[in-house]
Amino acid sequence: MALYVTRRLLQAIVVLLLVTMITFALLRAIPGNVAAAVMGPNVYRDPAAIKLFDDTYGFNKPWYNQYLLWLSHLVQGNLGYSWNLNQSVASLLSQRILKSGILVGISVILAVIIAVPIGMLQAVRRNKLPDHFFNGFSTIFYAMPSFLLGLLLILIFAIKFPIFPAEAPQGLTVGAIFANFNAMILPIATLTLITIALFSRYARSAVLDNLTEDYVRTAKAKGASERRILFRHVMRNSLIPVVTLLGLSLPGIFSGALITESVFNYPGMGLLFYQQAQKEDYPTLLGIVVVVALATVIGSLLADIAYAVLDPRVRY
Amino acid sequence: MSLMGIPPESPDPRISDTEFVHEIADVATVAEPLPTETETAVAAGLLPAGKPRSSFRRGLEVFVENKLAVTGAVIIAVMLVFCFIGPLFYHGNTTVVNFGNETLPPGAGHPLGTDSNGNDVLARLMTSGQISMEVGIAAAILATVIGVLWGSVAGYFGGVADAVMMRIVDAALSIPVLFLLLVLAAMVTPTEPVLIAVIGLVSWLTTARLVRGEALTLRTREYVQAMKVMGGGSTRAVLRHIAPNAIGTIMVNLTFQVADAIGFIVALSYLGLGIRPPEEDWGAMLSNGVTYVSDGYWWLIVPAGFCIVIVITSIIWIGEGLRDAVEVRLQRR
Repeated sequence: MALYVTRRLLQAIVVLLLVTMITFALLRAIPGNVAAAVMGPNVYRDPAAIKLFDDTYGFNKPWYNQYLLWLSHLVQGNLGYSWNLNQSVASLLSQRILKSGILVGISVILAVIIAVPIGMLQAVRRNKLPDHFFNGFSTIFYAMPSFLLGLLLILIFAIKFPIFPAEAPQGLTVGAIFANFNAMILPIATLTLITIALFSRYARSAVLDNLTEDYVRTAKAKGASERRILFRHVMRNSLIPVVTLLGLSLPGIFSGALITESVFNYPGMGLLFYQQAQKEDYPTLLGIVVVVALATVIGSLLADIAYAVLDPRVRY
Repeated sequence: MSLMGIPPESPDPRISDTEFVHEIADVATVAEPLPTETETAVAAGLLPAGKPRSSFRRGLEVFVENKLAVTGAVIIAVMLVFCFIGPLFYHGNTTVVNFGNETLPPGAGHPLGTDSNGNDVLARLMTSGQISMEVGIAAAILATVIGVLWGSVAGYFGGVADAVMMRIVDAALSIPVLFLLLVLAAMVTPTEPVLIAVIGLVSWLTTARLVRGEALTLRTREYVQAMKVMGGGSTRAVLRHIAPNAIGTIMVNLTFQVADAIGFIVALSYLGLGIRPPEEDWGAMLSNGVTYVSDGYWWLIVPAGFCIVIVITSIIWIGEGLRDAVEVRLQRR
């Protein structure tokens, strides 16, 4: 067990290092001169200024030195500097990371609470009407562009029947967001539906797998009721693979969060990413990429470790 | 597949050599031109003539029995005809800006009305559909080619190469696709071939993972071992044996890749980094349309939205049908 966790941890570190390499390669692949991007094209008339800039920020060093410099900054929490917003990327993100966390966290928990019982219903009534109904439901939500889903919810619940506001809370602090929680309902509903569409299939097949397990037969033989078997045995056991698959779905969920945030103008990381992508603010973009990849790697690491802890049959 | 005209032998004693030849032939029809050895072998009387039920045929039967998959295939065929042949019969203004005609409701002359530039919505639906489908299919094929090569090389060689190659895949997979797409799309000028390349370059990872899993088991098969003993090189093993034998998994994955690629270009268009006007895909039509949602111009939203949802849904149905069909083929192995 300890060996497995150590190995998995080392693997995660290697993956993270590779992420930084990919990100750095992207940074290098960007055409143009950083000095010119920061100080404007007129700087080309003054090569001394370019040289001073490059010397100061290390752009004249070989690429591997630049990578190590960038990496050492990264480890110290220095994600770079957004010339565009004139602010360090770390301070930009610190305001927003929690907001995205709230949106993603609540949506994912809701999605699990909703998707697992639906998966159970589908598995028990396999190839019958409820199964087909929810299958069709999740396929359509998967096929529907996320922004269209968000806009439809706005159209129905904010314009036709003005129950909820169309815009997410704009408060600067987390407290302000919870104070205006009514405005969070539609963004959370959107991301929850996207997440359910992403992994409801997994929930169904996890329950199906568990229904054929020996312990179900044993419980039946002992005379346990159908309900007891489903809720006491199958549901708990199905949650384990669902959690792991959730770890794998995290990148997709973050992509969904980006669209959701831009539809509802919710000031999280996704919205920042989207806005800065249009301004070609690469330090911010790559800083966010590193943070999001870190979240994904940690998420799937935790999911894998949880799997090993929860399921004593798993031996590595 | 066979060397020196000798019919290949089945690696699995439960499968007769004849069936095995046909199985190889099935795989070959999809992957590469049918080897003539099989035909000559039949003609020379080495193999019995007649038609044993091949696994391909059995897979096809399962596919045809799946009503959703067939419906999906029909819908896709209809949509392809609509987008690529439709413009030959229906001529509408798709390029000239005409503000005198803007946002006309559906009616005579414009069955689906006009958009905010005075262009005919039905005609634009066809031309935009061409871009959506072209990008979707081409990007999926590009992603599949990269993924198959990467995955089969990693799986075939194993060891350090495998570990390094798959950790790279893990790392790239942990960056959400949309984030990667946005960075890349911001760097380039989004024309159609560029978008195909960008989407292809970010979506080959899952394919690589799947194919690598297949390659790990395929490389231990007797026929791969036999080929190695006979002096076949690694390139031959990967290109002629590993990749073609994983064709079932690859085709299923390719189908889902098309659905995802169409979804990606829709998302990119919504985020303003998709194809530049006057060209547009369904996603751009839709996201232009939704700005008029409070004006009640439903014909700017419903047609494009419907096309996107119905096409992606149909492709998913086809993919699920294919997966069931492939599983039937695999069960026999």
